Amino acid sequence: MEAVFTRGLRTVWRHVRDEPVTFTLALIGASIHAAGVVATAWAIGRVTDELILPAFTTEPATARAALGGALLLVGLGVLRASSILLRRYSAGVTSFRVRARLRRQVGHTLVHAPLEYHRDTPAGQLLAHADADVQASTEVLDPVPFSIGVVLLIGFSLASLLAVDPVLTAVALVLFPALAVLNRIYTDRVHGPVAEVQERIGRVSRIAHESFDGALVVKTLGLADHERDRMATAADSLREARVRVGRIRGTFEPAIDALPNLGIIVLALVGAWRIDSGAIEIGQLVQAMALFGLLAFPVRIVGFFLQELPRSVVATERLDRVFAVPPGPPEGVGVGLPDGPVGLRFDDVAFSWPDGTAVLAGATFEVAPGEIVALVGATGAGKTTLCELVVRLLDPDRGTVSIAGVDVADLDPAALREAVALVFQETFLFADPLRTNIDLNDTVDLQAVQAAARTAHAAGFIEAVTDGYDALVGERGLTLSGGQRQRVALARALVRQPRLLLLDDATSAVDPVVEAAILADLRRELAATTLVVAHRLSTIRLADRVLFLDGGRIAASGRHEELLALPAYERIVAAYERDGLPSGEARP
Amino acid sequence: MTPTDPTPDDLSHGDMAAVSRPGRRDDDVATIDPGPAGPAGQSGTGQPHDTGDADPLAEVLGETPDEPGGAISVLRRALGASPQLVRGIRTTVGLALLSAGGKVAVPVLIQQVLDRGLLGPDGFRPGFVWSAVGIAAVVVLGVMVASRATYVRLVAIAESTLADLRERTFAHIHRLSIADLDETRRGVLTSRVTSDIETIARFAQWGAVAWIVNPVVIVVVLGVLALYAWQLTVVVVAVLVPMLPALRYLQRRQLAAYDRVRTQVGETLTAVSEAVMGAPVVRAYGLAQRTEGRLGAAIDRQYRAETRALRFVTGIFSMSDLFGGLVVGAVVFAGVTWGASWGLDAGSVVASIFLVTLIIGPITELNEVLDQTQTAVAGWRKVLDVLDTPPEVVDPEPGVELARGALSVEAVGVGFAYRGGPPVLVDIGLHIASGTSVAVVGETGSGKTTFAKLLVRLADPTTGELRIGGAPLGDVAADSRRARIRMVPQDGFLFDLTVGENVRLGRPGASDSDVLAAFDALDLQWWVDRLPAGLDTPAGERGEQLSVGERQLVALARAQLADPGLLILDEATSAVDPETEQALTSALVRLAEGRTTLSVAHRLSTAERAELILVFDGGRIVERGAHHELVAADGRYAELYRSWLGSTRDR
Repeated sequence: MEAVFTRGLRTVWRHVRDEPVTFTLALIGASIHAAGVVATAWAIGRVTDELILPAFTTEPATARAALGGALLLVGLGVLRASSILLRRYSAGVTSFRVRARLRRQVGHTLVHAPLEYHRDTPAGQLLAHADADVQASTEVLDPVPFSIGVVLLIGFSLASLLAVDPVLTAVALVLFPALAVLNRIYTDRVHGPVAEVQERIGRVSRIAHESFDGALVVKTLGLADHERDRMATAADSLREARVRVGRIRGTFEPAIDALPNLGIIVLALVGAWRIDSGAIEIGQLVQAMALFGLLAFPVRIVGFFLQELPRSVVATERLDRVFAVPPGPPEGVGVGLPDGPVGLRFDDVAFSWPDGTAVLAGATFEVAPGEIVALVGATGAGKTTLCELVVRLLDPDRGTVSIAGVDVADLDPAALREAVALVFQETFLFADPLRTNIDLNDTVDLQAVQAAARTAHAAGFIEAVTDGYDALVGERGLTLSGGQRQRVALARALVRQPRLLLLDDATSAVDPVVEAAILADLRRELAATTLVVAHRLSTIRLADRVLFLDGGRIAASGRHEELLALPAYERIVAAYERDGLPSGEARP
Repeated sequence: MTPTDPTPDDLSHGDMAAVSRPGRRDDDVATIDPGPAGPAGQSGTGQPHDTGDADPLAEVLGETPDEPGGAISVLRRALGASPQLVRGIRTTVGLALLSAGGKVAVPVLIQQVLDRGLLGPDGFRPGFVWSAVGIAAVVVLGVMVASRATYVRLVAIAESTLADLRERTFAHIHRLSIADLDETRRGVLTSRVTSDIETIARFAQWGAVAWIVNPVVIVVVLGVLALYAWQLTVVVVAVLVPMLPALRYLQRRQLAAYDRVRTQVGETLTAVSEAVMGAPVVRAYGLAQRTEGRLGAAIDRQYRAETRALRFVTGIFSMSDLFGGLVVGAVVFAGVTWGASWGLDAGSVVASIFLVTLIIGPITELNEVLDQTQTAVAGWRKVLDVLDTPPEVVDPEPGVELARGALSVEAVGVGFAYRGGPPVLVDIGLHIASGTSVAVVGETGSGKTTFAKLLVRLADPTTGELRIGGAPLGDVAADSRRARIRMVPQDGFLFDLTVGENVRLGRPGASDSDVLAAFDALDLQWWVDRLPAGLDTPAGERGEQLSVGERQLVALARAQLADPGLLILDEATSAVDPETEQALTSALVRLAEGRTTLSVAHRLSTAERAELILVFDGGRIVERGAHHELVAADGRYAELYRSWLGSTRDR
């Protein structure tokens, strides 16, 4: 616990040290507020003695003095209000700035981390780093200035009480620790049940999502009662957890409210005797009572601060692990590519995953400039890896990948991207207009975008949408089907007029009829060297040549009809005949 | 003088108000759907919407704007829907009044001790002080007990009401005709049983108590002041009245500012998800700088929105101290200057200082609760609207039982349109003899999927009649219909259960060996054997532990277990790995044996094999016949077939 406390303080220090001005302003605000509170209690005491008590004797104070006293109280209110403005605003700005910086840092890491890092980490977790973790790491900052102010406040209060009377101070010394302890027990007790409520809300929501997503199945299988029972159980366990939290709150909140009041009652009792014995003035008793009322809430703040510390430490450690991810290899300036069509060559290329799984074990092949080659292989044979090695999303363990005779490792990254376009099976579209999704850098005119969309057979559905190429994609815009998304992604590659086009099963969700038309158009309109990862016979048949990837190597290369003599190839291709007709019948 | 109490909802955030953490609404997703306007032959992994753009649930899903004064009518409807809400309400309110009234005990004690215990004509009266202190202590402890009882009772009633409301709304949504649910509408309905009910729950935990307790505190404090001197009450009210519009103004601005914050938070998340989900594209297309720039801009905008909202939060918080100072100053000035002539004592003036600080908190809290109440009322109204939507498909009681064996299908003049929408199906007439295998083909939006949905009674035809096995579909008992007519949807949706349990959902009461027999009948025993824990392998949420193809295998086994007489297959369009594809094809052939099957075909090869092909176009059947007949007829089907064949087979 002690370790967490020190680590927590270090976390806080690390966050605030980059925002010294706003943090200092917040501290100043908190200190003024503490002084203002104690001064207010003192002023109430003075006003009682010098204005209120005399008002009901034969020597009342002058109207001028009354006005002065009232203005003092109003002024102290203004002072407290302004100090709250200063404290809260500066504290808020401090933590918002720290958050923005941490988010930018997370973003920078995510953008530059090697692709393997993204593959090894669930997307939800990466998103949480930028959102929930940043929030949790910095949430502790909000109560920091106030907490420091409260420590001051308690110091000032005890000093002012001691100046009044040691006996009244003794009452405070019993009350405030009791309040802190009660508060501590409360937060400890309520913490678990509150987490449980959160967990059960999550369960209710999961059931609702799942059940409505499967509404068709629920209906057709007559599972409505089954589902209702499932929801009823979850809703009831949520109710139970909430009622449990309610009991704890119901017990502690009124008790925490009552404690300062009980303190004031004790003060009244003790104070009456002290006044009678002449030890204190009435005003001083009133001052002490006012102080008790004013202190009750701030004391709880320290509790919130202590409660947030461990969460902050854990979240900060998670963020540090993100920041420690090294960026991918730096982009150097390398060799350019010659003009004209380019060929692709793999020379004894081997690649394994970090866990030792071998994917490629010496793949060697060549694709001539302008050739259209289909890459065929069983699931997991390494077709995607092979494509990613070409654009250097991965680097081989052994061997070389070269384009137009230049090792891709020596190639200028800009030249590589300009010449080669890889289209993925999993399409990612940006929450941007369609046009921007195709022309990512706003470098080409609309005609070029339209031409690319036409070749990708995306123009038809894009033009049918109200806003056409300006229609926004994503949550707040257009919902596209998988096939439509793939066609937009294809247009994105085509608009760059690549000299080497890699299609990694990029039309898998497109209707076979449309897919065939796309490939025919590509062949006619694009003079690019093309490598197609194929899962359909129609695709394979469009290629000049087929490469058969098996056992981490290119096991065979040749025309489709020739390769059919290989039993392993024949088996896979027969399975590609999706209709399950005997393969002999499918071929004329 | 006293800062506002922390809200019970938000213990962990110190003096940050409950509003300081922007939440995210999950029902504000608007979607432009190209729908049937989409081009010919388009397909893909997304479920095509065959439904036209009419929205049968428009009234339920519509975001009705908050009508002023609507709160009372919502409350009345809510009481009708959940009468248990008022159970024991008198005791609860009584306890709340007691605990609120008791809050003035301490200032009154101060006044009594000063005026009668110390400054009275008899001077110091220890006996009086002792008894006054004793009474005050008892009252304070009594308030504690009464508050606890109030809170616990309210929570218990509210939570049991909400659990019940949640369950009923959930069940009711499943009863509604949801044949055309797409992702967005599903999301909206889901939020009815999640976020909308949560807004009511948040209100129940805090707002409801605040509404009962705070006005009482305010009234009691003003009442006690009036007992001392009515002029004091006037002074206090006069000073505090301007606080109300000031608070309202800041609160409104704050809510608007937080709306902006929420939007910006959403945009930051979108930008982050670009860097995460789009990681391969970002790298392959050299977009690192662009992505980081966009993320940076989004973070900046979020920061600015947050800072702006912070101004109003801060303003609201400083209000308490500002008006606290003003009202105490006013009471002191008035008490000192005119107190004697108003009949006040020193003690009552001092007590007034403590009393007025008691009403600042309730005022600021009511201001906040007002907006929370509006949100809760709006949420409640949406939930009640769902409950008030009558189910369109009503099952007969008792109904006709369907015969055993393969079932015939007959449609006479069947037409269908979603409420108020354009016709989706027009005058469909057909007769399918039992045991026939039928393929339905047509473009997206042609009505073929809707027709399939009518056959399992996800909706009823608007005109005409469907007869299954000779019986009007509307007269068939629900159990018999579900057992004998089975639809296998294209995504093969599975629940978060084991594989075996998912199959068993196909027939209640089936044993493990029945499940295995079903797999065996489809020649899928080997696939079960290969699963890590056999039938006990968990399918994961939505079946995501399995591949798309494997989920379909499970869905087929589920259908086999039920042994239906009419099988409706919505064919998958997404690519499946070759091995699973082969398993699926042979399982489908076995499943179809001895049954009438109707496949919504996305591959012409399925059509090629069918005994009867129905070609849908614009909601009508434009061609029907066997494959070779339709090819010979050289119509629409022949055209589709040629384009497919041309690209795949003639090289």
